[in-house]
Amino acid sequence: MNLATVSLAYLRARALNTTLNVLLLALGIATITLLLLTTSQLEERMQRDARGIDLVVGAKGSPMQIILSSIYQLDVPTGNISWKQAQELARHRAVKTVIPLALADNYKGFRIVGTNHDYVKHYNARLAQGRLWQAPLEAVLGAEVAMRTKFGPGATFIGAHGMGVGEGEHMHEAHAYQVVGVLAPTGTVVDRIVLTDVTSVWAVHADQYDIRDVARIAELLPDDEKELTALLVQYASPIAAATLPRYINQNSEMQAASPAYETARLFTIIGVGVDVLRGFALVLILAAGLSVFIALYNALLERRYDLAVMRTLGASPAKLMVLMLFEGALLAGFGAALGIVIGHALTEALGVAFRAAKQVAITGWTWMSAELWLFALALGVGVVAALLPAWRAYRTDIAGTLARG
Amino acid sequence: MFALRELVHAYDGREVLRVPEWRAAQGAHWLVLGPSGSGKTTLLHILAGILRPTSGSVGIAGQDLAALKPAALDRFRGEHIGIVLQRLHLMPSLTVMNNLLLAQYLSGLPRDGARVREVLTTLDISGKADAYPHELSFGQAQRVAVARAVVNRPKLLLADEPTSNLDDARCEQAYELLDSQARACGATLVIATHDQRIRARMSNRFELRGRP
Repeated sequence: MNLATVSLAYLRARALNTTLNVLLLALGIATITLLLLTTSQLEERMQRDARGIDLVVGAKGSPMQIILSSIYQLDVPTGNISWKQAQELARHRAVKTVIPLALADNYKGFRIVGTNHDYVKHYNARLAQGRLWQAPLEAVLGAEVAMRTKFGPGATFIGAHGMGVGEGEHMHEAHAYQVVGVLAPTGTVVDRIVLTDVTSVWAVHADQYDIRDVARIAELLPDDEKELTALLVQYASPIAAATLPRYINQNSEMQAASPAYETARLFTIIGVGVDVLRGFALVLILAAGLSVFIALYNALLERRYDLAVMRTLGASPAKLMVLMLFEGALLAGFGAALGIVIGHALTEALGVAFRAAKQVAITGWTWMSAELWLFALALGVGVVAALLPAWRAYRTDIAGTLARG
Repeated sequence: MFALRELVHAYDGREVLRVPEWRAAQGAHWLVLGPSGSGKTTLLHILAGILRPTSGSVGIAGQDLAALKPAALDRFRGEHIGIVLQRLHLMPSLTVMNNLLLAQYLSGLPRDGARVREVLTTLDISGKADAYPHELSFGQAQRVAVARAVVNRPKLLLADEPTSNLDDARCEQAYELLDSQARACGATLVIATHDQRIRARMSNRFELRGRP
């Protein structure tokens, strides 16, 4: 028997009202938790995917589209760039390394990315099984692709033209890929793509040349017909940032896009939506606070005899005040705890949906220190809502109340 | 046991109670009689330390109530004074057991489950320890209210109109309950009433006259 027992007993006695208040607060807290978890994870994932890439060069078009299609494997590419121009750029003295990307096909929605071994090295991806590709039409699977397709080394598959399921429908039946390796999970974009050599993409799309000896595709295909989708560029020195993009944009048919700039721009665009949702969640929390206030105030009126009797039993006014504040805090505490749990569950549900759509991976099973602040915020709302009822409890006129009762 | 001197209480400048002097010995049983509006409840509230009189002194168990700070007065009331209210006012959301434990807790005394069960057994309601007030009959609820008032072994037991609106048999029961429980813990008993039926049962009477 203590104040907590009394508070809990009162909350139980008004179960419907208590449930309503807890749910109202939980909704607001859940929304904010969901936003916190998804935005922070998205931001972290996107930063991890773009780390170490100073510039992306693709065909003329939207720089944002170039970044989305080449780094995150989300959007469709802007077009193709010529292999010869790419070679020239790789020799530029402002460029330290260039990783080529050739995108054209997918396998069951997982993109087939033609590149070289530097790409694997860039993301620190290690082999879980088998080996890296050594010849055209050999493929290495990202961890998630392997998990979902249940393919291992030795499996063969046929790519479909286009960037996603249902797009194109044209199957490259003449050129089957053979799986030679599977990568360990990296927590990056590599997990959800199929990796192969750039020449595989050329081989699959060089039908008009009728090249039988796929292994010698790089020699047999005329240089003018060799194309890439994008180049991931690392600068030789920081000064390159000032000159190289402009040089590319003015002197070639290619377009330079800065991952840092474009992702920042993307987040300001998403940020508007996030802010609206956050504002909405805060309104929910305020409404919950108001509801807690009304509930406690009404309860106080019903309970004024109880409070007076507690005074006759020896309770000080301060104790009654603490009782009311405690009740507010208890309601808020339940609401916040439930809200955080719901927020995590919703995030996980969203993550499952994202994974099904082969998009960025998000999980609800992670915790953030900001959630402690959220909990504190909710408790604060509960206590503030209880302030006036608590003050009224403090001022209860025992003799007057009992005389009337 | 208690002594009132030159006690005057006024509401909005209108005098509602005047007690020149009243002394009671420890363990004595007193009846405060008077018609409605004669100030019985006010007198009881002053004795309980719920209400501070406009003037005059109240001493209980050697303690001058006026000398106590509010918090100390609350504590003193919790420890030494038991009150049975006319409308009982048990906490509706707490079980009988918890109603009694609450009285111990709020008085600042240690919570003693054994004492609570002992009181409930004496009053023959130990079977209702886990029941909620709305599940009790009136007679049971009255016993619980008395149990709550005596659970801290008070020196002074106050009852405000404990028998009004009761039939003769229940009136008798209520009186017996208060009388026996006050005796059991050696408390001074003060019953304020306008009920003539229990007049005959008590020899110590303090009469308040109605005011015009």
